[in-house]
Amino acid sequence: MSSAFPKVAAAVLLAMPAVAAADDLVVCADPNNLPFSNEAGEGFENRIAAIIADELGMDLRYEWRAQRRGFIRETLNAGLCNLVPGIEANVEPLLTTRPYYRSGYVFVTRTEDGLDIADFDDPRLRDLTVGVQLIGDDGANTPPTDILAERGIIDNLRGYPVYGNYADPDPAEPIIAAVASGAIDVAIVWGPVAGWYAPRQDVPLTVTPGPELDQETVIPLAFDIAMGGRRGDLKFMIDVDRAIAARQAEIDAVLADYGVPRFDAFRLIGGAP
Amino acid sequence: MRNRGGDVFRRFAAATWLAFAAPALAQEAPPAIAPPASAAPAEDGQWTMPAKNYASTRYSELAEINSDNVANLQVAFTFSIGVNRGQESAPIVVGDTMYLVAPWPNTLYALDLTQPGAPVKWRYDPAPERAAQGVACCDVVNRGPTYAEGRIYYATLDDHVVAVDAETGMEIWNVRVGDINLGETMTMAPLVVNGKVIVGNSGGEYGVRGWIQALDAATGATVWKAYSTGPDSEVLIGPDFQPFYPQDSGADLGVATWPPDAWRQGGGAVWGWISYDPDLNLIYHGTGNPGPWNPELRPGDNKWTAGIFARNPDTGAARWFYQWSPHDLHDYDGINETILLDMAWEGQMRRVLVRPERNGYVYVLDRETGEVLAADPFVTVTSSLGVDLETGRLIENPDTEPHSGTVVRNVCPASPGAKDWNPSSFSEATGYLYIPHNNLCMDAEATEANYIAGTPYVGMNVRMYAGPGGHRGALTAWDVAGRRAVWSIEEKFPVWSGTLATSGNLVFYGTMEGWFKAVDATTGAVLWQFKTGSGIVGQPTTYTGPDGHQYVAIISGVGGWSGAIVAGGLDARDPTAALGFVGAMGDLPEATTAGGMLYVFRLP
Repeated sequence: MSSAFPKVAAAVLLAMPAVAAADDLVVCADPNNLPFSNEAGEGFENRIAAIIADELGMDLRYEWRAQRRGFIRETLNAGLCNLVPGIEANVEPLLTTRPYYRSGYVFVTRTEDGLDIADFDDPRLRDLTVGVQLIGDDGANTPPTDILAERGIIDNLRGYPVYGNYADPDPAEPIIAAVASGAIDVAIVWGPVAGWYAPRQDVPLTVTPGPELDQETVIPLAFDIAMGGRRGDLKFMIDVDRAIAARQAEIDAVLADYGVPRFDAFRLIGGAP
Repeated sequence: MRNRGGDVFRRFAAATWLAFAAPALAQEAPPAIAPPASAAPAEDGQWTMPAKNYASTRYSELAEINSDNVANLQVAFTFSIGVNRGQESAPIVVGDTMYLVAPWPNTLYALDLTQPGAPVKWRYDPAPERAAQGVACCDVVNRGPTYAEGRIYYATLDDHVVAVDAETGMEIWNVRVGDINLGETMTMAPLVVNGKVIVGNSGGEYGVRGWIQALDAATGATVWKAYSTGPDSEVLIGPDFQPFYPQDSGADLGVATWPPDAWRQGGGAVWGWISYDPDLNLIYHGTGNPGPWNPELRPGDNKWTAGIFARNPDTGAARWFYQWSPHDLHDYDGINETILLDMAWEGQMRRVLVRPERNGYVYVLDRETGEVLAADPFVTVTSSLGVDLETGRLIENPDTEPHSGTVVRNVCPASPGAKDWNPSSFSEATGYLYIPHNNLCMDAEATEANYIAGTPYVGMNVRMYAGPGGHRGALTAWDVAGRRAVWSIEEKFPVWSGTLATSGNLVFYGTMEGWFKAVDATTGAVLWQFKTGSGIVGQPTTYTGPDGHQYVAIISGVGGWSGAIVAGGLDARDPTAALGFVGAMGDLPEATTAGGMLYVFRLP
């Protein structure tokens, strides 16, 4: 992607948002956020986007931008692209497709410790060192963080920013690596991050799905993940939605390759995936 | 000899003042309230730093333009900044040259004031990393360059501090002092003190640990660096530290007032203003809000966030600290402007600092000791019940404390505070502080899911709306000695520009619709206004041009946090975008569009 091009594209898109939709599938994605996406196209969202582009008969290109606060407004809503994969379904300001997977928060422990923690009521969570993902926005937490705080589990929490060190090719890995190194005993992590990085540590780690909902706080822990577009692009988004339906089997295979814990499958089968 | 006193002061007991008046001023009526002369030197027609002087008065003695003739003010020249983002910077003037810094990509322009139309003399391009845009929390603003001894100094969004030869535009040094890859950015205007360039970081929202550091003005090398959280050795708290209140004494409170290790990501970014008292040899700087955990996850006072430090500029050693908002609940950064004044207080001369604070109070502190002399609300405040002047402690209102899972309503002021970073000015002629501010309240409730970096999370939906009266902003003249508002001009939108006061009995400020206004400093009557091309969130300045006439300058271009809906193309249908500001600003796109244009005015 040449650096000059996005500026040109932006100017055109602002004037006529429909032009790009007719020619290219322009995806806004983070250039450094494995296992979801990176500039080398190594993330599972990259591979799924390629499947969708193929189904739509469109050329796929990317508008890269760090997924920080303001990502949607500065990419999709600024007219730089027409699709953002990996959005929680029903995010209000966007038009979202049907979900193509459902995942949830998981407990990651060292296999040798035999902890098998699978629930927030586990009393050992009060004594073990627990890692959670930190969101960079006041008042915003991952659901496990709020659930632990409500139970008064605070002093033994350690926070790992979801953004990590952006200079690192694997900014999301440190929370998993911290379990492997013994810096923390348990990490409660969004499923895809754990599914990808846990097998890549040099000690065996166990990934245990958590509940879909915490009964005590009524905070959800599993989420449907869809693709998002602008509300005005209804016809285009219907096409994307149909493309997902048509190629779901291939999408499932990609997600399996990346070890994404599937809570939809878990729910249907009624047991651990 | 400039006139530092006025009739308004004669009501003060003259006897008190005789002992205190500087010898050079002895033949005049001594001022009852004025900045220390060492921090506010005599007017020279220049504007060399965003705050005008070390006392941060943003007051000029120039009076060619005054309340009698300002109605004739007209455009002298304009200049396009070339970037249509929030223009929060101050145009500064040194000799016959004006200097401007653009938002990212942070181009520095020098304009030749001796030529018709003030053409570009040179431009300097620091070429900041493109990725810096993505990690900046609140637009890609810059709050100004500063000048000292032949050089322009400023900070870039990607954490570089640069020194540029003021005459030639040649880069003298360029050092990186932070890491955008960890969410750190820089937006503040440096202050140069005793041959040191003092700078601080932004990024408290991203789990950054706040710091301030001094760079050697000659080389850019770090002389000292003080963090806003952590052990005393890293906060530069040592034997010289003498806080006024007992809650600020104790070993390693920057660790002890947090859950284990939370201070490592504790925020307290130093992204605002710094003032300096040469007599006491102390700098004063605020610290930002604690973060990124929500309040329930960081029990304790979360020192040293949301407060103010007095430090020795040569060593960084802390002298005292006061915390505006212990255990901040509402995102009340403590980084606003600090105005240094000498005034009578209950019959005694005190060296004070005045701070119109985000939490809604105008504070008057003894700047030698950190004692709170007064804390009076200048807007409707429901988030706290006042300040206990015995203990110095803010009294929180339990009814407006946010809890996950519950809705909290009518929290005033809203997160951007009663006022944000945009600076007040203080007129030595009237004794008033001219406070540009917000009138916003908010409701906060837990959300359904949102997501970031692929990770779903549960956030707080913050919905902001106009406070009592229905207007969202105001310019208020505050009588510092009388501890009361004298007049106030209501504005539809938050007043997000700085203010400029002059001895011409004028106050200048801008609105988010784009009106640049001159008002009578005594009465608040609007005497002149000019519609610029975009909303104004910048800092007006004034100077004497090479032709000997007075000019007034402002950069127009809406943006920043409150203007993000225009500059960043936010969706007005999402009232919680940009941390909830959009709900209160949904009609702004109808009132203005993005821009970036310098306007300079003079009399015909």
